Amino acid sequence: MTSSASVTWFAGHEVRLAWREMLGMLTAGRRWRPRSVSLLLIVFVIFLHLPAYAVVGRFADVQTPLDQSTAIVITASIFLAWALVLSQAIESVTRVFYARADLDLIMSSPAPLTNLFSVRIAAIALTVTLMAMLLATPFVNVLVIGGGARWFSAYAVVIAMGLSASACAIAITVGLFQLCGPAKTRLVAQIISAVTGAGFVIALQVAAILSYGTLSRFAVLTSDAAAAFAPDADSVVWWPARAMLGDIAALVPLLAAGLILLGIAMAIFSPRFSNYVASAAPSAQARRKKVARPFRTGSRRKALRRKEFVLLWRDPWLVSQTLMQLLYLLPPALMLWRSFGEGAGAFIVLAPVIVMAAGQLAGGLAWLTISGEDAADLVTTAPLPGNTIITAKVEVVLVIIAVVFTPMVAGLALVSLRLAAVTALATVVAAASATAIQLWFRVQARRSQFRRRQTSSRIATFAEAFSSIGWAATAALALVLPIASVIAGAITAGLMALTWKISPVRT
Amino acid sequence: MITTHAALELRGLTKRFDRPAVDGLDLTVRAGEFYALLGANGAGKTTTLRMVAGLLRPDAGSVSILGIDALGDPVAAKQIMAWVSDEPMIYDKLTPLEYLEFVAGLWGCDTDVAERRSHELLASLGLGPHLHERCEGFSKGMRQKVALAGALVHEPQLIILDEPLTGLDAVSARHVKGLLQNRVRSGCTVIMTTHILEVAERMADRIGVIAAGRLIAEGTLAELRQQNGQADTSLEDMFVALVDSAPVAA
Repeated sequence: MTSSASVTWFAGHEVRLAWREMLGMLTAGRRWRPRSVSLLLIVFVIFLHLPAYAVVGRFADVQTPLDQSTAIVITASIFLAWALVLSQAIESVTRVFYARADLDLIMSSPAPLTNLFSVRIAAIALTVTLMAMLLATPFVNVLVIGGGARWFSAYAVVIAMGLSASACAIAITVGLFQLCGPAKTRLVAQIISAVTGAGFVIALQVAAILSYGTLSRFAVLTSDAAAAFAPDADSVVWWPARAMLGDIAALVPLLAAGLILLGIAMAIFSPRFSNYVASAAPSAQARRKKVARPFRTGSRRKALRRKEFVLLWRDPWLVSQTLMQLLYLLPPALMLWRSFGEGAGAFIVLAPVIVMAAGQLAGGLAWLTISGEDAADLVTTAPLPGNTIITAKVEVVLVIIAVVFTPMVAGLALVSLRLAAVTALATVVAAASATAIQLWFRVQARRSQFRRRQTSSRIATFAEAFSSIGWAATAALALVLPIASVIAGAITAGLMALTWKISPVRT
Repeated sequence: MITTHAALELRGLTKRFDRPAVDGLDLTVRAGEFYALLGANGAGKTTTLRMVAGLLRPDAGSVSILGIDALGDPVAAKQIMAWVSDEPMIYDKLTPLEYLEFVAGLWGCDTDVAERRSHELLASLGLGPHLHERCEGFSKGMRQKVALAGALVHEPQLIILDEPLTGLDAVSARHVKGLLQNRVRSGCTVIMTTHILEVAERMADRIGVIAAGRLIAEGTLAELRQQNGQADTSLEDMFVALVDSAPVAA
């Protein structure tokens, strides 16, 4: 096989794998026809147009030349989207380095590795870009419908974002390999990925809180201070915003820059890709020597709890999956600290944020402890009743939730005991609900499948999200309109009852 | 240990998936015996042993472990039994010593005794230099040895092993075989499935051959030869002849 033929063949192989991976994620491994999946996807994307209209509908009529305030808002929004794409790309690249899958086969083949890894880098860029396109579609369509065909160029901006973010992600991950070594890169990359994804929004919110006492990031972007720091109208900084509005003179260089960046990344890193992959292999990493600590057994439940705590602490992917959720708690915490002493009214917004975060975190932890049991046979053959095993695992989830959220609730208690009591109660209920859903829909899985846990049961995923939202709304309403909170609580409890009724445990 | 009960007694054990996997199986393994369960792929060996270990619920039949009704009182039965599957059940993020600490905790072992046993077991299996390394970088053979150490740390009276020598190098396999024979000598019962017929031939006191979920032959090597009327035949030849002549599952 010639070099170019092998590249073409390998590209086809990559596309087929990516397609099946996507189908697997959408269908949770069940046998669905591609046509049904496509139909479902189209319905879902159409449904997303409603929230998209609420977010960007008012920008559809924007014309060039842009006024400074609008240019800042659009540019900041593009940068936020790019940061999210970069965050996703860093995670994708890290996974490629650490997933063994077919890498051993590829590296042992006689095909030119530089070409094959160029294709793999291109595949990462393609996947990241397609995902960004999919998420951007409702927003761009709303703008096209409201403001005309010129907004179609926004798709090209998204492509440029995907290409440049992929190139930067590869450079960042390789840089981390050089700086931290393969053993630490995975953890550091996850932290950078989470901070990149959430950092920009949080930074804007923090600035808004510190300057204007509000969580709204638009307060900063539309402020005089932001306008004072903004560059001139002909600056390259506004090119993405202009490109989005259909300015070809800005769009072409933007796309070219994305392509060139990716080309440079492929040229520099493809020849060395196999070295990075090889150094990331478990056997190639220096084995961690642990300092010996006393041998402890204790009760059976204690042994189970200790094991779960240790595994959660050492879980390589838990950081990226939960750090972003916890980072979003920073602005409310800052608001709490800054507005302390101004009365309870300003803090009501914190209650739903905390409750929502508790529900989401509990869901993730519960999946890891209950479903993600790598030695399921061992635990099942141990001489203890099944409910003892489950109880110990649930205890671990609730203890972690208590440790994370008690300081926040304690802070609220200094402002208002009622606010703290409502938040604490709703936090416990949300965490318990998410844990219960994971219990009802438990499956036997490897911990390493954590990232794809949502695919195992769509019902469980949506029930978990809706219960967190429901309890968060109930908490907020309990503080402002108690009668309405009874209705919200009843609806959420009803949803939980329905979830239990259709769960595999019940049926 | 002297006991009047059989180590394992199966009566009419049945499990059906899309077809009968285990079909009214009757089997008795005496206490202190090394028993090898042989069968072709899909014959029902693993399903049988998973039901004994409490990992699968039988559709019908009874399981008695040293006189304990394993279906009626599974916790008591599990207390005296250990299960080792062909896929090592260990945690990548724990060290071998932490893994054994966890297993000892699950079985409620005394801390000091468990610690001493853990060190002895891991050393005897050649894992002494790796006590404090996480298992994530271990080879399959090393992981299998950690799993085996976990099965032995609580001093079970019945050890059930499903293909325990898969992936082990010759030296490790010899270690494991030696360890198992020592256990049998001290009164423990070992039931093992294997595709390595030489191991069954050399180590087992008795051999059972299973096909289509039923026991089609059982006895010592000499008894099996006698049953087949071939005094000088190898176990492999006998096994192939038995499996070929066995009825196909419905």
